[in-house]
Order: sequence, then C-alpha cells, then structure tokens
Amino acid sequence: MPTKIEKDEITGRETTGHEWDGVRELNTPLPKWWVNLFWVTIVWAVGYMVVYPSLPWVTGWFGYWSRAELTRSLEEQRGQRAGFVARIETADLAQIRADAELLNFALAGGRQVFADNCAPCHGAGGAGAVGYPNLADDDWLWGGGLADIHATIRYGIRNADTNSRISQMPRYGVDGILKADEIGKDADHVLSLSGAVAASPSTAAGATLYAEHCVACHGGAGEGNQELGAPRLNDRIWLYGGDRASVVKSIANARAGAMPAWEERLDAATIKMLTVYVHALGGGK
Amino acid sequence: MSDAAIGRPQAAGGAPAYADDVTRAFMVMSIFWGVVGFTVGLVIALQMVFPALNLDLEWTTFGRLRPLHTSAVIFAFGGTALIGTSLHIVQRTCRARLFGGAPLGWFVFFGYQFFILIAATGYVLGITQSKEYAEPEWYADLWLTIVWVAYLVAFMGTIFKREEPHIYVANWFLLGFILTIAVLHIVNNTAIPVSLFGAKSYSAYAGVQDAMIQWWYGHNAVGFFLTAGFLGMMYYIIPKQADRPVYSYRLSIVHFWALVFLYIWAGPHHLHYTALPDWAQTLGMVFSIMLWMPSWGGMINGIMTLAGAWDKLRTDPGLRFSVTAVGFYGMSTFEGPVMSIKAVNALSHYTDWTIGHVHSGALGWVGFIVFGTLYYLVPVLWRRERVYSTRLVAWHFWIATLGIVLYITAMWVSGIMQGLMWRAYDELGFLQYSFVETVVAMRPFYAIRAIGGLLYVCGSLIMAYNLWRTIRGDVASEATGVPALAAARA
Repeated sequence: MPTKIEKDEITGRETTGHEWDGVRELNTPLPKWWVNLFWVTIVWAVGYMVVYPSLPWVTGWFGYWSRAELTRSLEEQRGQRAGFVARIETADLAQIRADAELLNFALAGGRQVFADNCAPCHGAGGAGAVGYPNLADDDWLWGGGLADIHATIRYGIRNADTNSRISQMPRYGVDGILKADEIGKDADHVLSLSGAVAASPSTAAGATLYAEHCVACHGGAGEGNQELGAPRLNDRIWLYGGDRASVVKSIANARAGAMPAWEERLDAATIKMLTVYVHALGGGK
Repeated sequence: MSDAAIGRPQAAGGAPAYADDVTRAFMVMSIFWGVVGFTVGLVIALQMVFPALNLDLEWTTFGRLRPLHTSAVIFAFGGTALIGTSLHIVQRTCRARLFGGAPLGWFVFFGYQFFILIAATGYVLGITQSKEYAEPEWYADLWLTIVWVAYLVAFMGTIFKREEPHIYVANWFLLGFILTIAVLHIVNNTAIPVSLFGAKSYSAYAGVQDAMIQWWYGHNAVGFFLTAGFLGMMYYIIPKQADRPVYSYRLSIVHFWALVFLYIWAGPHHLHYTALPDWAQTLGMVFSIMLWMPSWGGMINGIMTLAGAWDKLRTDPGLRFSVTAVGFYGMSTFEGPVMSIKAVNALSHYTDWTIGHVHSGALGWVGFIVFGTLYYLVPVLWRRERVYSTRLVAWHFWIATLGIVLYITAMWVSGIMQGLMWRAYDELGFLQYSFVETVVAMRPFYAIRAIGGLLYVCGSLIMAYNLWRTIRGDVASEATGVPALAAARA
C-alpha cells in the first residue's frame, strides 16, 4: 500500500508513494497524444487486416496475393521487351548485327546478362583473369565468329552436356609421359615460339619433344587449333601465365578449364543477345 | 553523493550485504567484450572496403568474423552488462541479497563467460547452425540453457524474498527479458545432434517453418534482449543519475504490457515477400506498426524523467550517454515500424539500410545506455566519489556520437542507393545495374562506415582507460565546476 505520497515540487505532480533504493515515481497521467496515436495505429491495423489477407485461406477485401503481384510485375517487364525479343528469336545472328535497332537492343540485353552471369569469371567488360579467357581481345580458344561464340555459350566447355566442347591435353608429368627435365626443355621450346626466349641447346632438344607430342594439336609453329580448343602458343597471350614455371606446370598437369552449358539456364533469345554482345566486346571475327 | 544515492548498504538501516563482487566482475568483462566486439566489427567493416584484409585464411573471412562480431557485441558486451546490472538492480530495489548468494551469482558469471568462449571459438572454426544470432551449435545451446535457468532462479528468488512491498518497474522488464529469452532460446535451438561427440546438428524445423521460427526468435532477441532488458536498465539508471522520480507510473504499466504483448507477433516482417504465407506477413506488419507507441512510451518515460534536471546534462556526461541512448531508441523504434511496411520493405530489405537501422539501435541505444550505466555503476560498485575523469567521459561521448552519425548516414545513403539500383530498369526494359556495379557504388560508403566504427572503437578505449583508473581509485586533477562543458567547447 502507498505509504508516503508526496508532491513533487518541480512538476507539481504527486508521487505514487512507493520508493525503491531512493527511486520514486510520479503519478503523471498518460500523455493524450500518445494514447491517441496508439489508437490510430490500432484502428489502422484492424482496417489493414480486413482489406489484406490476415487469416489462412482468406484473401481480404482487396483479394491481394503477393504471388499474383510478382507475376504481374514480371509480365509487365516482359511485355516491354516482347516486341524486340520476338524479332530476335526469329532473326539469325548476322541479321541482328546488321539491323541497327536490333543490335542496340541485343547489346543492352547482352550487357545485363553478361554482368550477372559471366562477369564473375570473365571479369566486368570481359577482361578475363588467370584461367578465364579474356573475351575483349582477338585471341580465341574455340573460335571468335558469331556461330563459334554462340555454340560455346549454348553448350559450354568440358561439361556433361552432350554437345559440350570437349578436348583434353595429356598430363605429361603426372602420368609419366615425359621426365621432368624433358618437360623443362619442352617448355623452353614453347616459350621460344613467340620469341620470349632465345634459341639454345635446351630449346633445340625441346623442339624434338614438341614435334613428337604437341604438334598434332598446337601446330608446328604453335599456331594452335580452334577446332580442338588448343591454344595458340606463339602469340605471348597466356591463359595460365607465360613464365617458365607456369608453362612447365601446364605441361606437367595439363589444364582443363570448364564452362557451364548456358542453354540450361538462359533462353534462346537471351543467348543470341549474349553472343552478339561478346562478339562486340573487341575481338569478334 | 550521499550513501543512499550511491547505493551503499546502510548499516543503520540493516540493509543486506549485496553480492557486489559478482556484479563488479560482470562490469569488467562487459568493458572487455565491448572493446573486443567493436574491434572485430571494425575489422569486418574494413574487409568490405579492402577484401584482402580477410588475410586469405578461413578463420578470418567475413563469414566467420561477422557472427563473432554480432555475438560479441550483443551477447558478450550487452549480455554481460545486462545480467550484471540486473543483479545489481534486483538486489537494490528489492532490498534483498541475491537469492543463492554469491555462489549462484558466480555460477551465472562463469557459466555465461564460458558460453561466450565456446560460442566464439566455434564461429572461428566454422562451427555454426546458420541461424542468425543463434549460430552456436547444440552443445553451447545446452550449456546456455543451464546457465540461463540458474540466472532466472537467482533473479526470481531475489524478487520472492524482497523486503519492498512492490516490485519496481525495472524488474518487470528484466523478468520479461529473462523469461522470454529462455523460451525463444529453447524453441529456436531445438535440434538433433548428428552424433554425441560431433558438433553438427539438424534443426527440428524445415523450410518456411524454420524461417518463421528463426525470425520469431530473431525479432524477439531484439524485442526482449535488446529492448526490454535494456529498458529495465534504463528505468533504474536514469532516475538514479538524474536524481528525479520516474515521469509516469501509469505510462510504465501501459507501455510495458503493450510492448510485451505486441512484440512477440512482429517477427514475420523479416520475411516479407518470401514463401511465408501472405496472412502471416500481414500480421507481422500490423503488429510492428502498433508497436510504435508502446516503444515510445519508454522513450517518453526516460526523457521526461529529466524534467527539472536538464541542467545535469551539462555537468554529467554519463547521464548524457543514457539520455542520448533513449533518443536513439526513439529514433530506431520509429524507423523499425516504417521499415516493416511492405512497400518500404520492398526497397529496404537485404540492403545496407537494415544494417544502418540495426546499428542505430546497437551503437546508439544499447551501446550508449551501457556506457551511461558503466559510468554510473563503476564508481558506485568500487565506492569511488566519481569517475576518474569527467572530461574523458565527455570526449568519449562526442567521439562515439560522431562515429554513430557517420555510420548511420553512410548506411542510409548506401542502402537506399543499393535498393534503387537493384530495381532500376533501362528504357529497353533490362535491369540497369548488375550486382557488382552496386557493390562498386557502395564502396565509398563502406569506407565512411569504417571511419565511424573506428571512432566508436576509440571511444570505447577511452572509456576502458577511464574506468580502469576509476577502479584503481585515481581522480584526475581537472577543473571542477563544469568540466564537461569545457570539454565540449574544446
């Protein structure tokens, strides 16, 4: 029971008469604005619950359904693109490139799809990284024509897709095909193809090994073979590094970069736009 | 300061010998965990600007340090301060020695510190059940349950044997906090371990039920740990610091019951526009809106308690911390309901805006109310006339406040920009920006945020030094009168 109700001099309010460790309380009534605003939020809440779904299986007066809202929003965006997308679907790649309007649309769409799907490996703008080819230069592993790029994106490289681009270099070191010193000589010869190292007894020895093991895919002068995805070796462009140690490692272990078959994730029109975009990055043939 | 004002047991009145050693230990560890938690936060903020700072080691990647940071500040810093302060408050306001005495108090202390240790080591080693704010695996959860029950027994037992006829409002909030956290912890962490000696377990829930349980827990960790608990702290500390009666007893009753009733339903607002059924999303939103006034009831009671004592803000920077904390509390409990509105949430969710919101609550409300409490309680508990240096408290206040302002504004700008960039379409109907472009755009704001965090860490180091000197019994020779004002001018 309250024992000593006092009047607070500063506010003129009475205390409740309780005290704990020197702490007392005033008997101030609830602030009016506070009570009113509380009621406003409660009334608003009840109103909202009547017009929007607030019980299982009851949609409320507005018949709102968030799934329907999402579908409508997606349809709206799709509708805005529909005219151009329909034309892209029927046009072939050369026609898209030749039509200024379609090209503009395809480059805009390709840019967006590239940024969200391809940039994580190939870099923003297609500059590439170690192990991920630069797409903005004119050096192509599997061909830089529109049809080549289109096939590479659709089916990918070294994956489970039946049409995937496949090739595999032997692991000369790991599988014991060549000895360590032979691999070193071979690497010296490979580096000499682009003039990165001068001719020496080692490159001469390497040339013999190269002629025996490498020439079938990479060509006599190291010109490469895009049918097999065998990189050109005489241009000083290196996917896995052009220092001697990196080349030795590539010969010893072989490399086998992979890329998904984007056909499984992107529709046909989108892949066409992406093809035109990649082709236009800098080195399309 | 009179004996009564500093809460010293009065021999003449026959006041019991309080278990103050336990409370002192809690205070010291709270300061320690504060510095650790803020520093880890600074490290991960810098990692967002300079990713190389993850050192390319699995133990120091963002994914492992982030829960270390959140748990260190919420449970280690905040929790240790909260449990310690609650034991102080319940003994003083019940005029009773802690139930179970020092032994039970020490068990809670060491038990809780041990929990922090096993949780933290788990995070760094990659042991997690992937539930936000409930990352510790089953073995740590079981241990915390035991410690928490001991805490509940000590707290409730003290209330049962109280010498005061009524239960003070701070204790309602603290008991609400302890009970609800117990329920939340047990329900959300219900899991089946894969093996007796392995760390891995699987949650008892799956799919959208799991998400709902998790955010029922997550939101009420905010509601009952970070809100109700620290409101209990506020209801004792501010009247003490201001030496004024609480503004309104009636308001404290109404807003207490409204708060605890409404908060528990608001969790679904964390799952707007997900697989959660629409009706549950509606409930989460409307209960969040109705929470606005009950939350502000605490702010009104905190700030209006200063009526007639506003001048103390100039001379007592410790009180300035507590009152500014209540201001930040008011701001973030307005921002929260706004963000729970689905149309707003569609923009704000998953962006830095949420991070800014959380930190206006964590740095502004929880951090500042704990600082205010430490500057009040440390001199009381160690029987010192005052803190070592009031001037350093004022420096801490301004440095930390500037840090929060930088932090919150950077996150507002960054978050809203991020949300707008995500939803921007170009004139042809394609998304205007890729994800990585948004990250590039946010980087300058990450840097500003890190500067804000650095200031906050610096402030906490000043506090640690100041309180260490206070505990040692030193008193700085600084101009008496209005030292805080002089510092503010400098």
